[in-house]
Amino acid sequence: MTTCTIAIVGGGTAGLSLATRLCELGIRDVVVLEREPEAGGVPRHCGHYPFGVREYKRLMKGPDYAARNVATARAAGVDIRTGTTVTALHPNARLSLATPEGLTELQAQRVVLCTGVRESSRAQRFLSGQRPLGILSTGALQSMVFLHHKRPFKRPVILGSELVSFSAIMTCGHMGIKPAAMIEENPEIFVRKFMRPFPAIKGIPLHTGVRDLRILGGKTVEAVTFTDASGQARHIDTDGVIVSGRFRPESALLHASHLRVDPATGGPEIDQFGRASDPAYFCTGNLLRPVETSSWCWHEAAETAARLVDDLANPIGDAPQIRLQAADPAIRFALPQRFTRTDRSGGMEHMQIRLNKPASGYLSLTQSDKTLWSDYLGSRPERRIFAPLSPLASTADTATVKVKLL
Amino acid sequence: MHSHFSDPFDVAIIGTGVVGCAMARRFTLDGARVVILEKAADVLDGASKANSAILHTGFDAPPGSLEQACIAAGYREYLDIHESLGLPLLKTGAMVLAWDADQLAQLDGLIAKAHKNGVMDVTLLTREQVLEREPHLADHVMGGFAVPGEYLIDPWASAHAYILQAMANGAELRRDCELLSGSFGNGHWTLETAQGTVQAKQVINCAGLYGDVVDQRLLGHADFQIKPRKGQFVVFDKPASELAQAVILPVPTKTTKGVVLFRTIFGNLAVGPTAEEQQSRTDASTDRDTLQDLRAKGIEMLPELANYEVTTVYAGLRPATEFQDYQISAHADQNYISVSGIRSTGLSAALGIARHVAGLNTSTGFARAPLTNPVCPPPDRLSNYHPRDWQEPNNGGIICHCELVTKREILAALEGPLPPRTLQGLKRRTRVCMGRCQGFYCTGPLSELTAGYLTPPLAEDCQ
Repeated sequence: MTTCTIAIVGGGTAGLSLATRLCELGIRDVVVLEREPEAGGVPRHCGHYPFGVREYKRLMKGPDYAARNVATARAAGVDIRTGTTVTALHPNARLSLATPEGLTELQAQRVVLCTGVRESSRAQRFLSGQRPLGILSTGALQSMVFLHHKRPFKRPVILGSELVSFSAIMTCGHMGIKPAAMIEENPEIFVRKFMRPFPAIKGIPLHTGVRDLRILGGKTVEAVTFTDASGQARHIDTDGVIVSGRFRPESALLHASHLRVDPATGGPEIDQFGRASDPAYFCTGNLLRPVETSSWCWHEAAETAARLVDDLANPIGDAPQIRLQAADPAIRFALPQRFTRTDRSGGMEHMQIRLNKPASGYLSLTQSDKTLWSDYLGSRPERRIFAPLSPLASTADTATVKVKLL
Repeated sequence: MHSHFSDPFDVAIIGTGVVGCAMARRFTLDGARVVILEKAADVLDGASKANSAILHTGFDAPPGSLEQACIAAGYREYLDIHESLGLPLLKTGAMVLAWDADQLAQLDGLIAKAHKNGVMDVTLLTREQVLEREPHLADHVMGGFAVPGEYLIDPWASAHAYILQAMANGAELRRDCELLSGSFGNGHWTLETAQGTVQAKQVINCAGLYGDVVDQRLLGHADFQIKPRKGQFVVFDKPASELAQAVILPVPTKTTKGVVLFRTIFGNLAVGPTAEEQQSRTDASTDRDTLQDLRAKGIEMLPELANYEVTTVYAGLRPATEFQDYQISAHADQNYISVSGIRSTGLSAALGIARHVAGLNTSTGFARAPLTNPVCPPPDRLSNYHPRDWQEPNNGGIICHCELVTKREILAALEGPLPPRTLQGLKRRTRVCMGRCQGFYCTGPLSELTAGYLTPPLAEDCQ
């Protein structure tokens, strides 16, 4: 068994940003454990703009941004170990590893989980139909195209209309192909208004509010069929399906561990300092929730670094906590899930909230029938929504705080 | 002594489902020169690729039936050979549970039936005993009985091991080799296939979903009709496997064993199958509504399942016929044995069926004496509960992070004695892409690693 000060699981944007900042703050022996042959994370295969504007003050493509994050971390003194898979999390910051040299263990003072997100699969969405070759997530497609220079199909349809679905359109453009259609089961397209004409500009038919979607094919994908919003049966010949979006935290390690998981986010239960249910474990980046931009994760992780430094010098330990609970059918998740009552400052200032469906009302934090905070909200799924955590610092009550739309 | 190459084979086996694979192994070990003809590009590509992966005691089979006898014999042989062939086995036991008063009233009869079938360790459990053993079950369970002798096995790797052993000991496999027609004369069959003529003294039809078609092509008639029955399954994420120790079976109805909750040897928890009669012998599609119902059924029995993600879904087709029992018939005058209507119990019964058929064989003498010391090829090591390649050094690195599949394992499968020709085949041999991300992380590297091996390829080169 070897030791280190901070072991960071995952060498993507959050992990590298956190590691760099820790070194800048004077922490020695910061180790990043990355299971892929190269660090950098998802931006490695996002071969398009825009990355790095806030972090490096220049417009970058994903692979350049990932390489810059890796180089910056190395220059700061971070020990990046690639080809290293964490196979189990143990209490008190001990990790089991599978490395190129064999199985081993690593004992850290703190572990930070930064394992990010992935898109949900065709199976997880219970998509109907056959199971031929040629059904891919955007992430898998981008890895094929940008890292391995392969083209899996020539005229795919794109399922979904999130930001990443537009990234799929750009990836197709990079391969020199045009998608046959973009298909969304929800009544409306997800992205912001100014992006909505994009499929039309690219000449890609867009179908929203589709029902009875089925994938047809023998060895490879041959068609998709569905009923469109006007009730008309549609059949689109295609040789591939890009199943995009509906991100879920990559939380396999968490689920198999002693740490508590929030079923709403699919990520860890954390407090305002980013501490998991075992205070030797911190979490940051997109593992916390689906899904934020690279830039968001970079800054979120950098802020977590300062909290870790404080905790190393003066551990918060097992302080009393208030549970925070999303208690409204329109609210998909709210984090952090716990608020630690301590006079320590420097924690997150806001809760991050997302909706299930377009909704409006007074977003409220209530405790024992008392409203701690409330503000008018009209919003939609996938939009950032915040509520201040400061009202929790002043309540003497330790009952669960509910997040509601009233 | 080996026969001359142009001599007829002793036995031609049609089909490489679990029954055909077990048959090829049995006849090869008995000394026959065996050829196996498979219509598809890969072995185990029909009914046998999707089932509930349980080694059954046969406690609920119809007493006195051929099915019951074959399950009992297959069960015994599996336990005998699992070590030498490296077949993983996990003894979880099963529990048949009653969820209403009607079902509760049937338990005594089912226990009596199990005892009649020679499964004597089956015992009645009170509701409290059930909940003590399986504390995560919904508390509206009313009672049940335990069947301690049921095991989890690897459905694909088991049958794969049978055919690999047959091949390692001299059997010849021909894939993409559909049987088109044939004639019997001078004591042997002349078979026309998609890849030319094959001669064999004896034909054994193990064509599963096409059993009646093959009988028609060779005998001119079939005494039964295959009625494909589709079963859909939902597989939950690995941590859910902690919610149930035993296989959870319902009280069966006349037509189906019903929806089962079972752990898999790969460490997941699954619920299924449905039983949907259909015409198509190929369409194993899944349906959202049915899958949602299955998930809901699982949650009804095991409420905490609601908190676990689904890893994957699948569907399989069972080759049912209009008859309840297996349809195994020997046509001695034509050296032909039809082995058909092997329903969902075929996985447990296959080795027993092969023994039964070996007993029916009428042809005189094989090329060799029975093998006294047959080769046992190295097994696929895919069980979550047994040592895996990623734990050993020099494995080339982990390619599939969810199922911890190494580069060495993938290359070994691609270069092995029975290499996959499709991604599906590679997935079944290695479990690559079979985990919770369903290929999000590993499809990219796989597209490069598998280039030149698979048809159709995962992708083509792109400048």
